[in-house]
Amino acid sequence: MQWEIVIGLEVHTQLSTQSKIFSGAPTRFGAAPNAQACAVDIALPGVLPVLNHGAVERAIRFGLSVGAKINSPSIFARKNYFYPDLPKGYQISQYELPVVAGGSVKIQVGGAGNQYEKTIRLTRAHLEEDAGKSLHEDFQGMTGIDLNRAGTPLLEIVSEPDMRSSDEAVAFAKSLHSLVRWIDICDGNMQEGSFRCDANVSVRLLGSDRLGTRCEIKNLNSFRFLEKAINYEARRQIEILEDGGTIRQETRLYDSDKNETRTMRSKEDAQDYRYFPDPDLLPLAISEDWINHVRTMLPQLPEVRRSNYITEYGLSSYDAGVLTSSKEMASYFERTVELLPAQAKLCANWIMSEVNGRLHKESLDIAQCPVTPAQLSLLLLRVSDGTISGKTAKDVFDAMWRIECNGDADLIIESKGLKQISDMSEIEKLIDDILAANPQQVSDYHSGKEKAFNSLVGQAMKATKGKANPSQVNDLLKKKLAG
Amino acid sequence: MSLTLDDIKRVANLACIETSETEATNALIHLSDIFNLIEQMQAVDTSSVNPMSHSQDLVQRLRDDMVTESDQRELFQSIAPKTDSGLYLVPKVLE
Repeated sequence: MQWEIVIGLEVHTQLSTQSKIFSGAPTRFGAAPNAQACAVDIALPGVLPVLNHGAVERAIRFGLSVGAKINSPSIFARKNYFYPDLPKGYQISQYELPVVAGGSVKIQVGGAGNQYEKTIRLTRAHLEEDAGKSLHEDFQGMTGIDLNRAGTPLLEIVSEPDMRSSDEAVAFAKSLHSLVRWIDICDGNMQEGSFRCDANVSVRLLGSDRLGTRCEIKNLNSFRFLEKAINYEARRQIEILEDGGTIRQETRLYDSDKNETRTMRSKEDAQDYRYFPDPDLLPLAISEDWINHVRTMLPQLPEVRRSNYITEYGLSSYDAGVLTSSKEMASYFERTVELLPAQAKLCANWIMSEVNGRLHKESLDIAQCPVTPAQLSLLLLRVSDGTISGKTAKDVFDAMWRIECNGDADLIIESKGLKQISDMSEIEKLIDDILAANPQQVSDYHSGKEKAFNSLVGQAMKATKGKANPSQVNDLLKKKLAG
Repeated sequence: MSLTLDDIKRVANLACIETSETEATNALIHLSDIFNLIEQMQAVDTSSVNPMSHSQDLVQRLRDDMVTESDQRELFQSIAPKTDSGLYLVPKVLE
């Protein structure tokens, strides 16, 4: 039997406002417990919520960047449930008329070579407040409550069940992650919980047009866990169905230590949230003027940038995708290529492999890269004009990374004597010496042993300490051996 | 729509309100009266009226995104039954 996996995602993005969504308390991460929880956040009697302009504006920014409809009026609702980290006994959220309705996100799935594009539709995105945090470690046999996070603005983005594999789900989550950072509405810090995913997973026989019973997997805070949790969950459901069982609709938790999902609560004891419009909050009106103002402030979107890279610089779809994964990355690439416009592909390759690899190894962000775009472009100029080989360039880059000679490629090449020998007569003399010193290899070559040739090239490169142009050495050697 | 005693018990349970059989029966009578009133209102043709989410025909005023609150933890926690290391302590909960 051939099964198809159907996935929809709900993504909670923490909006990057200074203050909370309904109070003037700060949202800074890492403060002492309850030092950022004011009377509104801890729900003292008599307090009233006042909506944060910055939170609404960020929601509009998102809506416009995914081509969604901005609802006006938009309504806030109470979602009722009891938990000690929710002091009001309800969460202010949106039910009917969320700020953002519809829209879509284009994703690129797969690696270089086998990449395809897909459009994922969004159902909605609504504003809501975050809850506090419960600490279940032992506090005199009790639970500790920190309400600093209570009232932090969230935009919950809900997709349609348009994804058919964990790869597509991860590509979608990554696309959203890059988009919300690109348009500056969320810092995207997953360790700090600024971007968390819930996945709705079901399976059905390939070709069927009816959706299977779904399970919701909660609180996946890394792309790797998202992928693993979906794969595990799909396998679990398929096994049950193939054994003739049925799937129970339930909420499940992913345990990353055991790589499995397990029941958190089933549908029978699922909460009835009894949503109703919050009488403390009047309808939110969003004027056309406001929307237009936000639209004019929006940066050029990654999707547009990506297709520019493909048409203007001739980059592959995959490369263009990697280079537009963040605004900082795109800006680094553009500032490098600006100084070396004829070598866009070389710049792209270097940034994706050498620069990115090194940043990754040292857990640095591109904004913290010790090699500036101008310095990198000088290095790449020296590769393209033949001053140094690509291999030597990696050594120079290494020195630049350590900020030797102020990161100046020319000075490093000079001081280390790395300049490629382009003087033919010098190389010729070297090769003559090597041929004279290795009669055995020469005769081996003439009797058809390819290996002997490689050994001679190796010796020539060694003799020049890698400074000879390998293709020149190759050509010259062949010529000499033939002649 | 008519309410049953089971509905009352379910809502009471969701709202975490302990109700005795007599209280539930009384609540059923009161709430049924309210429901009857709602039913009466629903008989009115409102097809030409836009739905409202609030009783006042006003729009939400917004505040600028600025921090205006300072740390008053000590004051707030002075009335809390139990605290430890800045945390509010509550009876142990685990889902």
